[in-house]
Amino acid sequence: MLTGNAAAAWGVRLAEVDYIPVYPITPQTEIIETLAGWISNGVMDSRFVTMDSEHSMLTAAGSASATGARAFTATSSQGLLYGFEMLYAVAGWRVPLVMVNVSRGLSSPITLEPDHNDVLAARDTGFLQIHCETCQEVLDSILMAYRLAEDERVLLPIFVNLDGFYLSFTREPVAVPDVEQVRNFLPLYQPKHAFFKASQPMAQSAAVLGGSSYSYFKYQMHMASQNALAVYKEVCDEFETGFGRNYDTVEGYMLDDADYVLVMTNSFSTLGKAAVKAARERGIKAGLLRLRLLRPFPVADLKAAIGGKKAVAVIDQNISIGKGGILHSEIASCLYNEKHRPLLLSFIAGLGGKNISPDEFEFIITKMIEGEDTEDAGTAQLIYTDKEWQEMGRLKGMAGKG
Amino acid sequence: MAGNGAIKRDGGKGVKDMVMERIKSIKDIPPEENMLPGTPTCAGCGGLLALRHCMKALGRKIVIVNAAGCFTLLTIYPYTPFKNSWLYTAMACAPAGAQGIRDALDILIKKGRLDPDENLKVVVLTGDGSAYDMSLSSTSGAINRNLDFYYICYDNEAYGNTGVQWSGATPFASKTGTTPPGMLSPIGAELAKKDLFAIWNSHKPPYLATISPAHPVDLINKFKKAEQYKGPKLFIALSPCPPGWGIDPSYTVKLAKLAVDTGVWALKEAVFGNLKHTVVPKRFKPVEEYLKVQGRFAHLFKPVRQEGALNKIQEGVDEYWNRHKLLL
Repeated sequence: MLTGNAAAAWGVRLAEVDYIPVYPITPQTEIIETLAGWISNGVMDSRFVTMDSEHSMLTAAGSASATGARAFTATSSQGLLYGFEMLYAVAGWRVPLVMVNVSRGLSSPITLEPDHNDVLAARDTGFLQIHCETCQEVLDSILMAYRLAEDERVLLPIFVNLDGFYLSFTREPVAVPDVEQVRNFLPLYQPKHAFFKASQPMAQSAAVLGGSSYSYFKYQMHMASQNALAVYKEVCDEFETGFGRNYDTVEGYMLDDADYVLVMTNSFSTLGKAAVKAARERGIKAGLLRLRLLRPFPVADLKAAIGGKKAVAVIDQNISIGKGGILHSEIASCLYNEKHRPLLLSFIAGLGGKNISPDEFEFIITKMIEGEDTEDAGTAQLIYTDKEWQEMGRLKGMAGKG
Repeated sequence: MAGNGAIKRDGGKGVKDMVMERIKSIKDIPPEENMLPGTPTCAGCGGLLALRHCMKALGRKIVIVNAAGCFTLLTIYPYTPFKNSWLYTAMACAPAGAQGIRDALDILIKKGRLDPDENLKVVVLTGDGSAYDMSLSSTSGAINRNLDFYYICYDNEAYGNTGVQWSGATPFASKTGTTPPGMLSPIGAELAKKDLFAIWNSHKPPYLATISPAHPVDLINKFKKAEQYKGPKLFIALSPCPPGWGIDPSYTVKLAKLAVDTGVWALKEAVFGNLKHTVVPKRFKPVEEYLKVQGRFAHLFKPVRQEGALNKIQEGVDEYWNRHKLLL
């Protein structure tokens, strides 16, 4: 039994990472403490450095990767934002850094529990993104992430995301693969592109002026990210061959014959699956699609999975203030030119770790059915229960704002 | 390599001999150029002259880790004036970039994945805006971790690359784009220049020195001395900036010399925190001689002479040298 954080640490250990610059932040810290313990006891041959901030941490991780070491780092929430400048920089360096983000809502107000505004803020940086539902998936995804990022056709850094508290501190049975087996899947990192050595002086990350060079390099990153879609399939197949577990870009649950589909990501998908099962028991042909790969966005797989469905409800555990759900917008743009596109509804739920109760899922599924009848998707709905509303009223009273 | 912690001992030659090969005159400065001419820096850039000498001392087996500043524009794709490697990071984090490269080189050499002959010295290069302000945290961290690296700060006493605005290195009474002398604030910059040397020296790094482009012999000898130490080797170069300071480009070296001769810029070094002055003028010239030739201090003389400000500057310099019992 391992927590999500311990599973992440095991992934890093099995990947035989050379270099781990860190900075503590809740709820990620258990990952780096676990690694520190292994390194201190000599079971991992890595160099571990506590930096002065996430900004420095990302810089050191990126520059070590640019020198040819396999690097890892991890953060959450505010830490991700503190290092944000360097996400773009490190992606532009075209280095295969693997970074875990343990999702946590963003201040203000400051909080500890998860939503995905942190990691989704990084969606335009050039980092690839894998989002996990289970502890096993966290471990496995780290191994897959190195293979994907280090592929010469990709060479972009990558996030492996897991939810703070709900997954980071939840114990689940996790199969820890044998290190030799992992070596077969993920060979020693021997990059052809590593730059910093005496016999090969080279200026990296030089300034560009005039726009055309800048555009060229940015387009290259986009094309590399697009390449990652095909490379991901190869990595996925090889992983399944080696370890017997399949992780496609998207995961369907009771999806094939479903009319009404919930779209979710990360650990709350487990709640969504239970709600789908309950709806099936009530005779509703519900299903769930979990997005696993968010960058590059698996457009074709997404279209194949939900094209022709009656209605789709995107449950965004994030909020783009003034617009609505981020994933709803992304999915809508994929479907716009489709002839048989489903009605697409938008719900915001689970912000700051707020529970999504069976009643709320039932409400969402009912809205899909009603919407299909009226052909009206409505606007983004902010999910909140009566009980939560009453409790909030009580808290406001205590705060003198009743 | 020094970078790997070992001190080179060629052919039984003692460490002391190696490090004490001090040069005596400018004739002894290595003739080889490791930085080629034709850069986009301004005419008469004092920082570039200082860097040219630093590069002679450091040799070619180095990687420069740069933070945002004037010298970021030395390397504009696809050109570079350097015969060595270069990585631009961002404004706040060049020492962190140096950490990653140093650690990676050490790891790869230790694990047998990189030939030790491929090792590099890691050299951070930033302006004062980064060094005095934005990267204080990352530099403090790097010194505290005893990172084996060089840091060269070209200090032109303002955010130069953005067109000369006030920085933590800007001296009292200097005119900049964001400290314009006016009716209500006739002095210009009202804050004192931060003492970065003291801030860095509080970490007791193995080697820390101030340097000047007008004192290349002192500069080269400081690098030679620094080479024996594993850990942070830090240099702050006061760098006259013709457009920022309001001087003719041909006057850079003279002004850099005047900064030392008036006692405004103390040439010194500290080894594990122990301070020593390396160039002490026999007779200090009045600070006014340094101020009156620069456009950035012109408002202290015209339209009315600001006696109070001028006295305060001279008193500050006198206090420094008195404190170190070097004012004769």
